[in-house]
Amino acid sequence: MTTTRIELTVNGTAVTLTVGAHRPLLEVLRDELNLTGTKECCAVGECGACTVIVDGRPVNSCLMLAVEVSGRHVTTVEGLGCAGRMSRMQQAFLDRGAVQCGFCIPGMVVSATSLLEAEPHPSAEQVREGLSGNLCRCGGYNRIVAAVLAAAGEAPEETR
Amino acid sequence: MTATFPDAGTRQHSVGSPVSRLGGAERVTGAQKFVADVRLKDMLHVKLVTLDCGRARILDVDVSAAYEVPGVVHVLTAADLPRPVPRFGPAFADRPVLAAGETKYHGEPVAAVAAATRDAAEAGAARVVVRYEALPAVLTVDAALDPAAPLVQAPELRPGDPLARTNVLRERNFGWGDIDEARPSLVVAGEYTFPMVTHFAIEPHGAIAAADDDGLTFWSPVQHPYLLQRMMAELFDLPLSRVRVLAPDPGGAFGGKQNPKFEPLLAFLALRTGRPCRLVLTLEETFQAVRRTAARVRVRTGFSAAGDIMFHDIESDYLLGAYADIAERVVAKSNYLACGPYRVPAARIRARAILSHTTPSCAFRGFGTPQINWAVESQLDEGARRLGLDGLSIRLRSLAAKGEPVVPGDVPADGQWEQSVRKAAAAVGWSTPLPPGHGRGIACGIKSGATTGLSQSTVRLLFDGSVLVLAGTSDMGQGARTIFAQIAADELGAPLDRIRVVMGDTEIVPFDLQTSASRSTVFMGNAILHACQDIHRQLRDMAAELYGVDVAAVTVTDGMVRLPTGSRPIAEVVQASLGRLRGEVIGNGVMRKTDMPEHPLGGDPAFYEFNCTAFEAEVDTDTGEILIHKHITVGDVGRALNPLQVESQDEGAAIMGLGHTLMEQVILDGTGRILNLGALDYRIPTTKDVPLDLRAMAVENADGPGPYGAKGVSEGALLCTAPALAAAVADATGVVIRDLPLTPERVWQHLQVRRGPAAEEGAAPPRP
Repeated sequence: MTTTRIELTVNGTAVTLTVGAHRPLLEVLRDELNLTGTKECCAVGECGACTVIVDGRPVNSCLMLAVEVSGRHVTTVEGLGCAGRMSRMQQAFLDRGAVQCGFCIPGMVVSATSLLEAEPHPSAEQVREGLSGNLCRCGGYNRIVAAVLAAAGEAPEETR
Repeated sequence: MTATFPDAGTRQHSVGSPVSRLGGAERVTGAQKFVADVRLKDMLHVKLVTLDCGRARILDVDVSAAYEVPGVVHVLTAADLPRPVPRFGPAFADRPVLAAGETKYHGEPVAAVAAATRDAAEAGAARVVVRYEALPAVLTVDAALDPAAPLVQAPELRPGDPLARTNVLRERNFGWGDIDEARPSLVVAGEYTFPMVTHFAIEPHGAIAAADDDGLTFWSPVQHPYLLQRMMAELFDLPLSRVRVLAPDPGGAFGGKQNPKFEPLLAFLALRTGRPCRLVLTLEETFQAVRRTAARVRVRTGFSAAGDIMFHDIESDYLLGAYADIAERVVAKSNYLACGPYRVPAARIRARAILSHTTPSCAFRGFGTPQINWAVESQLDEGARRLGLDGLSIRLRSLAAKGEPVVPGDVPADGQWEQSVRKAAAAVGWSTPLPPGHGRGIACGIKSGATTGLSQSTVRLLFDGSVLVLAGTSDMGQGARTIFAQIAADELGAPLDRIRVVMGDTEIVPFDLQTSASRSTVFMGNAILHACQDIHRQLRDMAAELYGVDVAAVTVTDGMVRLPTGSRPIAEVVQASLGRLRGEVIGNGVMRKTDMPEHPLGGDPAFYEFNCTAFEAEVDTDTGEILIHKHITVGDVGRALNPLQVESQDEGAAIMGLGHTLMEQVILDGTGRILNLGALDYRIPTTKDVPLDLRAMAVENADGPGPYGAKGVSEGALLCTAPALAAAVADATGVVIRDLPLTPERVWQHLQVRRGPAAEEGAAPPRP
């Protein structure tokens, strides 16, 4: 099995690893770096649960090989904030009741964060488009969209 | 599993306020540990060996090549298991731990490889050589009922069962009155189909089993940890005290995670290897593990000239999979209430649970009601169209008023349901002018809440006034943990951030029958309330002794101990009474609904979950695409203990209902292979499918049996999505569709037929 040494930055910290050439970034994040906030559902790029940010762009970490991120910057949900020091987006998800079971939520929060970085003042339609690759079976979509708009400062404080 | 959440600032009356979800911070930061995040020392990874075939006779399993893969530790086959292969199941012990001689559905495991890494397990599984002979599979109701059809289950598995030589697992007959005596002005007949759909929880199914001298331990995001504990104790002949189930919060369950599926297999592997064994399914494997029961329903309905329902004559055929799981009860419980929330003078209901060579169907949000309700509610619209009524007025004519029976002799209507119907109608603008090409539809549904069972809670009021609530419910997104903390907060005067709810450990937390049927707010909620009241009684005794007053003069309300001389905070009384050596006050509470052996369901409904859903929609006649302008649901919830969570649950159920109404269906080939495994080929609603104007509302009359008048919620808003939307489509286009889902292709095809020269007005003729 071919292995490769990679150097990357994960959530601001430089990391050096030796990984199998076939291993997806998702597995390396979860299994080697113990960053289990990134979730695995479909593992074939269809559900968005494993979304992370690589050099400013959202990617399905199940589809990207770990060797592809050598020399690049990866941000996972853990890099956005933590309990007691949540990001604006994470706080907005909480405040707007956008969380139910929570399994899709890390990927959703990462996608939404990336969306706002690209478009700081999106319309509701742009948010729907931007998050359409993140599946939520609990059906929290409208509250998720409201949370993103709130984080962008585009929504009234109270949607209920 | 414990978590805390911040006080929303409404401590004194937490109940009734939209406090933030307990565990929410963990979920938005990625800190929440789901089962796939559990890491154990020396843990082995398990991969199932399956056949790309619907049904097959297993001729030979050669595992030798698998052992050549570095890291492979053990390959479990049926030959390694006790003889006959052990079987298990929540109602019928029919599911083998591994396929026993024959695979009976696409994806049924033949063997399982345990290896040091996931890669090794996958490589090992790929090297297990199974010689098999494909066999013809029974895939539809008609095929299963053919007298020449192969039997899905061997008759020997069904001793004493008069239907054992058929594929009918059970036939249930319900009814009242005499439909043959009725003299209706109009009889309409229709045949309706509801496809197989799958749960698609975003968290794939998985579990871990470990064995040591103390017994067996499972980590499973199971909805019924105590059922898993019991079944494993029975299967492995262990006392309950030596089977421990740790139940991480499920990442979505929707009924699919109620009952054990792979845990027995993992336990055998753990016993063989002496190491913890972990199986996390792929999404494709999850599709092959759980689904909703498909149905074909034929209904004849009689109406008076004025539009009153005079009878329903219902033949329900539900297509189960190869093993029963809990699906026979799905059929029975839903069809018992087939006639819905109405006064129906006469009914004849024959409901059959039919086995097939398909994925074992199981509980799925709504528990069979969306299927039957699709048919029976659509019949009301058919009647309305023929009688010149509208969907609202025909329903209001027969809707049961509070106290009127829906099934004669059983629990009568337990809510003022007309309020919900009128609220939904008003919100959708029922009697207002419609833009050209738009249509409206409205429908109702009821589902029986839980019928039996015991929930127990222990509440520990600690010395400093903080609180531990022990509750064996699974918090799978419905927010049970939050509700439980709110109850304790109000009853014990503790801020929410000083309350922890301990769940998911059968070794510590008292018994709860299960997390299903929207029961937890009512059953476990009451158990917690009663445990708090047990603490109140002890506090009154403590205060009476402490302050030298008669216990009858002491009350506990709003978190304060009330004495004739004034009020004191609960914590102050606890500390003064227990003194410097400290201690705590422990309360126990129970809600129990005992069996009713004579009842067709073994017990009557603890409550009804009532919902009314209304749509305004239009159809793109070029593409057949349905565009929803308004989607309204109103639930009769008794009391919304947390309005935010009630709305979220109803919105989620509504969107899930749109899934089975508009797009979802598991498609099989002729041999029983599932053709659309995965998220692209099997579509579920995305952000772009959700109506912009989706409103989930509630009627609150505090008339439920739960704490403070609550009823269960969570399933209501998908009970009648399909008939309400189909009625809107019919209103918009004149086209009546009786098969789900209402895909653009299907709608378009119906539009073409209607436009054809030979088309009958309004709809295809009803089938007798």
